[in-house]
Amino acid sequence: MKKILILGAGTGGTIMANKLRKSLDREEWDITIVDKHKTHYYQPGFLFIPFGIYNKQDVIKPKANFIPAGVNLIYSDIDKVVAEENKVLLEGGKVLNYDFLIVATGTRVDPDETPGLKGELWHKEIFDFYTVEGALALQEYFETWKGGKLVMSIAELPFKCPVAPLEFVFLADEYFTKVGIRDKVDITYVTPLPGAFTKPKATKMLGALLEEKNIKVIPDFYLESVDNKEKKIKSYDGLEIPFDVLTIVPVNKGDDMVERSGMGDDLNFIPTDKHTLRSEKYENIFVLGDASNIPTSKAGSVVHFAAEVLFDNLLCAIKGRELRAKFDGHANCYIETGFGKGSLIDFNYETEPLPGTYPLPGIGPFGLLQNTKMNHYGKVIFRWIYWHMLLKGKELPVENHMSMAGKKKS
Amino acid sequence: MAQKTIAGVNLEVTEDGYLENPSLWTEEIAKEIAKEEGIELTEKHFEVIKFIRENAEAGLTIRKVGKSGIVDIKGFYDLFPGGPLKISTKIAGIKKPASCV
Repeated sequence: MKKILILGAGTGGTIMANKLRKSLDREEWDITIVDKHKTHYYQPGFLFIPFGIYNKQDVIKPKANFIPAGVNLIYSDIDKVVAEENKVLLEGGKVLNYDFLIVATGTRVDPDETPGLKGELWHKEIFDFYTVEGALALQEYFETWKGGKLVMSIAELPFKCPVAPLEFVFLADEYFTKVGIRDKVDITYVTPLPGAFTKPKATKMLGALLEEKNIKVIPDFYLESVDNKEKKIKSYDGLEIPFDVLTIVPVNKGDDMVERSGMGDDLNFIPTDKHTLRSEKYENIFVLGDASNIPTSKAGSVVHFAAEVLFDNLLCAIKGRELRAKFDGHANCYIETGFGKGSLIDFNYETEPLPGTYPLPGIGPFGLLQNTKMNHYGKVIFRWIYWHMLLKGKELPVENHMSMAGKKKS
Repeated sequence: MAQKTIAGVNLEVTEDGYLENPSLWTEEIAKEIAKEEGIELTEKHFEVIKFIRENAEAGLTIRKVGKSGIVDIKGFYDLFPGGPLKISTKIAGIKKPASCV
């Protein structure tokens, strides 16, 4: 019996377990998936919790619901990968051997990387919304907040779901407008990027929206530390920004297991061939999603597109053939912009987000780089698609590779 | 694409002044670009520039330079005030680092 081992039962690992079990002979291939947590979080939903739009129950389900029969599911901490010996050590000493390994251990926030961030104000007046705990604490705080300076700050690049902090300030604008205290809330968006977003056309569109909503942008701010006493964030070049409440995207890092295995870069992301998705160092190790260092967004949509490529290439590798499929870095992100509207961006390694329609050229129904009600519905409906189709590896009616059809270049 | 004569060499540069061909870079070119940025290059600058050129392919971040053992992040800002990564990569003659989001 040959063995495929998947580390991490998040979005990517779960999709792969489903795809592989469907296609590989059960007599021939043993498939095992390991994760330390029993709960699967719908992470795009965390964003809505601070504003009371979703509650905890909306974003959690048991992981076991999504792992197909015929796949061994192990709940355990992972000690490390010993790649030279084709084995993985679990906490407590259990050893799992593999013929092929898929690492899908994701990225996580590490507030300890920024001095002062996890100080006395943590989850009291300083919040992240990348954990369910942070999102819930912020929801409780906002319920009775009387207004003041709300600062949204990004600590480091890359980070998971790069549009989330933008969506956060858009939704905050709506929330405080509806509560009736928008005039008492001063919203500032602080980013290490030179503008609202990385690529020119999206930056222009999103920058204009921020201005329209009276949200101030402070670009090129590289966070050094947080002063809990004076309630200020400080940059390396000496800028200081005062806050009453600070919402933060902490430094993102790959799993500690990657560091223990000696497989990662300085932020524990695994060097990975950006086209084949195979580890740069080991022929029988593939890396899926946020755990890799490929230069595209760390996001569920990317993992979903990348899973198709990884699946094809794993089948090639199993047969000893050259890896045929090439990932293009395709990402597709809905951006909540508040008041029942949304935008949508679709891009890859080579092509920046462009205006147009998606997925059908000229028809849509979604508008790229446009602010429409339909885009918002897309985001709302997506939660259902995620739980019922995406995780189970079912076909979605969108192209895996980014398409230029429906996009306008100028 | 623009042409620009730097340190007596005719070079192709991007809209914002980054060399199109990193292999044509010389220390003289570095000094002249630095001058335009208002920076007088010291030995320390060149140590950082060397690190940056060697790690250009693997992708660079301010944090990574800060862990290079040559300078810490604050020191990096002191050497290239304003936008250390943007400015140092320009002087190092490599492509402008694309923040991939």
